[in-house]
Amino acid sequence: MSSVLYDVPGPAADRRNRLLGVVGTVAIVAILGFVVWRFYDAGQFSPRLWEWITYVRIQYLLLDAIWATVSAFGVAAVLSLLFGAVFAAGRLSEHAWVSGPSTAVVELFRAVPLLVLIFILYFGLSQGAGIEIDAFWAVVIGLMLYNGSVLAEVFRAGVNAVPRGQREAAYALGMRKTQVMRSVLLPQAFRSMLPTILSQLVVVLKDTALGFIILYPELLYQARFLGSQTQLGSPILPVALVVAVIYIGLCLILTWVSRLVEKRITRGPKATTPTGGDREVAAAVP
Amino acid sequence: MDVLLDNLDVYWRGLVTTVGLFVVSGIGSLVLGTLVAGLRVSPVPILRSFGSLYVTVLRNTPLTLVLFFFAFAYPRLELVEFSFFTLACIGLTLYTAAFVCEVVRSGINTVPVGQAEAARALGFTFTQTLGQIVLPQAVRSVVPPMTNIQIALLKNTTIASGFAVFQLGSVYSVLSERGYNVLVGLLWVALFFVVLVVPLTLLQRRLDATWGASR
Repeated sequence: MSSVLYDVPGPAADRRNRLLGVVGTVAIVAILGFVVWRFYDAGQFSPRLWEWITYVRIQYLLLDAIWATVSAFGVAAVLSLLFGAVFAAGRLSEHAWVSGPSTAVVELFRAVPLLVLIFILYFGLSQGAGIEIDAFWAVVIGLMLYNGSVLAEVFRAGVNAVPRGQREAAYALGMRKTQVMRSVLLPQAFRSMLPTILSQLVVVLKDTALGFIILYPELLYQARFLGSQTQLGSPILPVALVVAVIYIGLCLILTWVSRLVEKRITRGPKATTPTGGDREVAAAVP
Repeated sequence: MDVLLDNLDVYWRGLVTTVGLFVVSGIGSLVLGTLVAGLRVSPVPILRSFGSLYVTVLRNTPLTLVLFFFAFAYPRLELVEFSFFTLACIGLTLYTAAFVCEVVRSGINTVPVGQAEAARALGFTFTQTLGQIVLPQAVRSVVPPMTNIQIALLKNTTIASGFAVFQLGSVYSVLSERGYNVLVGLLWVALFFVVLVVPLTLLQRRLDATWGASR
């Protein structure tokens, strides 16, 4: 890959780059090797601590945990897209009595940490108002409120980023407000905001792990449970590694699927940039 | 109001720890994230791939799992013993740096190609081009997403309360021990965060208005 940030390396630069590469690799491998060696030294890689994977019941337990994670993600993703769409429409409205409250709701839920929302739903409502919400719905509703508000902002920014001429031309053609939005602005906005929406969905998937703190039996909760079983030798590190691989795998699958969707939907020329990426500065909020 | 006034000590302790976590890992993540972004655009292929490996792994791991690792698995390493506060700072820094890196990289992409080309024509090396020409200009377009990420970091510090770091997120457990209304107590916590986030949002608007790239 060539880049505008540096010249095509000549022989001397090539030697220097190779040297830097070797030094960097040695340093990073040394750090990783040291960590692995310490774990090995602490007995975390002894076969005894990995035995748990072979138990069929534990495999089923993990499958259940994955299902718990994925189902919470699925429900939360659909709900937050809906929430985002409704409140983005609300904020874009010309009527102050619609846009005012929508802005307040979106700004409020964007400012409050997700974990505090979940605590309010799970502990607060049951002890303060006598409303019992089970852990699944506490996680899902929390995710919906938080990610929904983030998505509402994404949608709004996307619609506002469509060049003004488009809207003006549509009005000049005599289209109505809803028509302008539906057949002119949204299709164009959707294209530009799709990458951000998709990476926000990855955030939803990752944030289901917060259920662990209110004891919703998802992956991380089961990891803690398995890791503290003394009859398995408390294999906290092996379990953490396996769960990390599962999470990264799930997220990568989601990213891959969304890339496919993105490719299908957004065809056409794109602006190229110094490092070959997109020109847009938009980022999902972790 | 009673819930807040009777427990001011708890709220104060929580607030101080929250802000401490935020400041330390905020600065840490900015530095580390920029370094990793530098790696990701560097002329050395192997360092580039280390950079993208780091970002891919950390961006696809839940923060809860990162902190889980530092809270439960790190002590088994029997290395240097750190307090939970320090460990939480390390976890938050490592996690947020991956997002900072992506923002910096997309900021680099917004700088017109001619700038780097001119720098190269003048004989600037890669570090000089990046550090003196491209990054200072990238800062301008990066302000809004970077502030969003730092605000998210501020809110993410609450996750540390699940791992024995006492801060605003853990206020509720003390309240329920002392027999106060947890709902009201948590709503106060939410209000604290709104109060903390609003100045950051205002700062973001201000910076964007003064430095913002003309688009």
